[in-house]
Amino acid sequence: MSNGLALLSIFVLSVFIGFEVVSKVSTTLHTPLMSGANAIHGIILIGAITVADRAVNNVQLSLAIVAVVLATINMVGGFVVTDRMLEMFKGKPRKASQTGGEK
Amino acid sequence: MNRNLYDLLGLCIAVSFILALKGLASPKSARRGNLIGAAGATAATVLVFFAPQEISQSGTATTSGHHHTLLILLAILFGVVVGVPAARKIQMTQMPQLVALFNGVGGGAAALVSIVEYLKLGSAASTPDVVATVFTVIVGCVSFAGSVVTFLKLQEIMTTRPVVFAGGRFLIAGTLVGVLASAAWVIHSMGNTSLLVMGLLSLLFGVLFVLPVGGADVPIVISLLNAFTGLTVAASGYVLQATLLIVAGTLVGASGTILTRLMATAMGRSLFGTLFGAFTAKPQAAAAAGEARPVKSGSPDDVAILLNYAQRVVIVPGFGLAVAQAQHTVREMADLLTSKGIDVAYGIHPVAGRMPGHMNVLLAEANVPYEQLVEMDEINPTFPQTDVVLVVGANDVVNPAARTTPGCPIFGMPILDVSQAGNVIFLKRSMRPGFAGIENELLYDPKTTLLFGDAKDSLTKVVSALKNL
Repeated sequence: MSNGLALLSIFVLSVFIGFEVVSKVSTTLHTPLMSGANAIHGIILIGAITVADRAVNNVQLSLAIVAVVLATINMVGGFVVTDRMLEMFKGKPRKASQTGGEK
Repeated sequence: MNRNLYDLLGLCIAVSFILALKGLASPKSARRGNLIGAAGATAATVLVFFAPQEISQSGTATTSGHHHTLLILLAILFGVVVGVPAARKIQMTQMPQLVALFNGVGGGAAALVSIVEYLKLGSAASTPDVVATVFTVIVGCVSFAGSVVTFLKLQEIMTTRPVVFAGGRFLIAGTLVGVLASAAWVIHSMGNTSLLVMGLLSLLFGVLFVLPVGGADVPIVISLLNAFTGLTVAASGYVLQATLLIVAGTLVGASGTILTRLMATAMGRSLFGTLFGAFTAKPQAAAAAGEARPVKSGSPDDVAILLNYAQRVVIVPGFGLAVAQAQHTVREMADLLTSKGIDVAYGIHPVAGRMPGHMNVLLAEANVPYEQLVEMDEINPTFPQTDVVLVVGANDVVNPAARTTPGCPIFGMPILDVSQAGNVIFLKRSMRPGFAGIENELLYDPKTTLLFGDAKDSLTKVVSALKNL
């Protein structure tokens, strides 16, 4: 059970890091935040690969392969589209912390 | 590969995800952050093929070597072939749909991963594992089904109005009870039938839970489902004993939660009201069907004259602007006005567009200078000194009903207070109410001028009229 407890600790600490980091995100970038976070949960791909790798019969294998496809779409598509958006924010007057504050 | 080395690399990848989110604190570092995250994800994918072999949980056999590697690589290739062109070609206006869809497939993948792991563990599964699996399957299926319905709504394949039918709330409550009962059944029996029943009921619940949400509230649901998928991934990380999945999933859960809360605040409503409001709201369609009242409609020349003699102009862009692809034209007009010495700013409502910050992305696409984009709280006090407000394809975010009409669906939503300005010009396609489906009294105000037509068309005419002045 100590292993379970270690995983739980990681979970709890991640909650705090997550809130801390995300609350500092500039409001201008909330849409890229959503799609970027979306891409990050595509990391379930490694879970999908792991279970596909260990599959012992065809039912398990087919379900796992479907998971691999879906997770890849999620991850790769998510990062690509986020990059496309963020690219457009480059080369502007960089006033991130005081967006539009000037007259 | 050595277990310790593998775990150490996993830690580095987890850090890369934290850096990816941290980068978003400023537009300057955002792109680099995202690339770090993408590199981390890629490394994780490569690394997992070299993962140290686990002793199988049943304790009898150790799996030797990696299996199905070719098949897995083909599946990844297929995913890339589907995902990348979709991400490359999508228009910025359709971003919410894409995010919803990507989120849905992610949730579906997480649910499948847990199902496979559960099937494999069989009776060897420990109770915490089963509980985590049950959580993943329920939330993953709800996220998948909900996201698909969200996608259909945003893509306007199905109606954007809340879908409410007699007994709907009993059906939802009944489905929820069914999901929970089958969850208890799964934990008790550890059988496959019970898992299947639970999965199907969860899918049904996902559909039923999004159907009654009105179009304007759909972005909140996307964000909520995003948080759900994150937690699903974290829970499957628990089942698979994969630290990286726990960290990544939890980060997403946190960001989804924060965004959901911010959005609900920006729309002036509680999360509960958003999700279940459709059941309690009185139908206001009847009120909206009021007789044709006189409005003042103007020509592009009238609008150009109003703008030309203004000191300060605020442009309030809405989703209609983006739909008409008029971002570039609006910028052209703003540049023209600026060159005439007129003070021009854009008033950006937090939920302008279809998701938070969406309008910033759409205007960034048209190279609108950053410092002209002013947030609601900062621009509202300046409206009394503003001569002309040009509302382009927005409606609900400037609707005074949010202040004056208790009981209307957007009551309490913070709005851009454009009625304080000297003149208000609406560029609209028709008198049709906005996404939320509520009549806007401001349209009948004597200081309001309406210019009907496609936003891009109208703006082009205004620009040429301005040039002739």
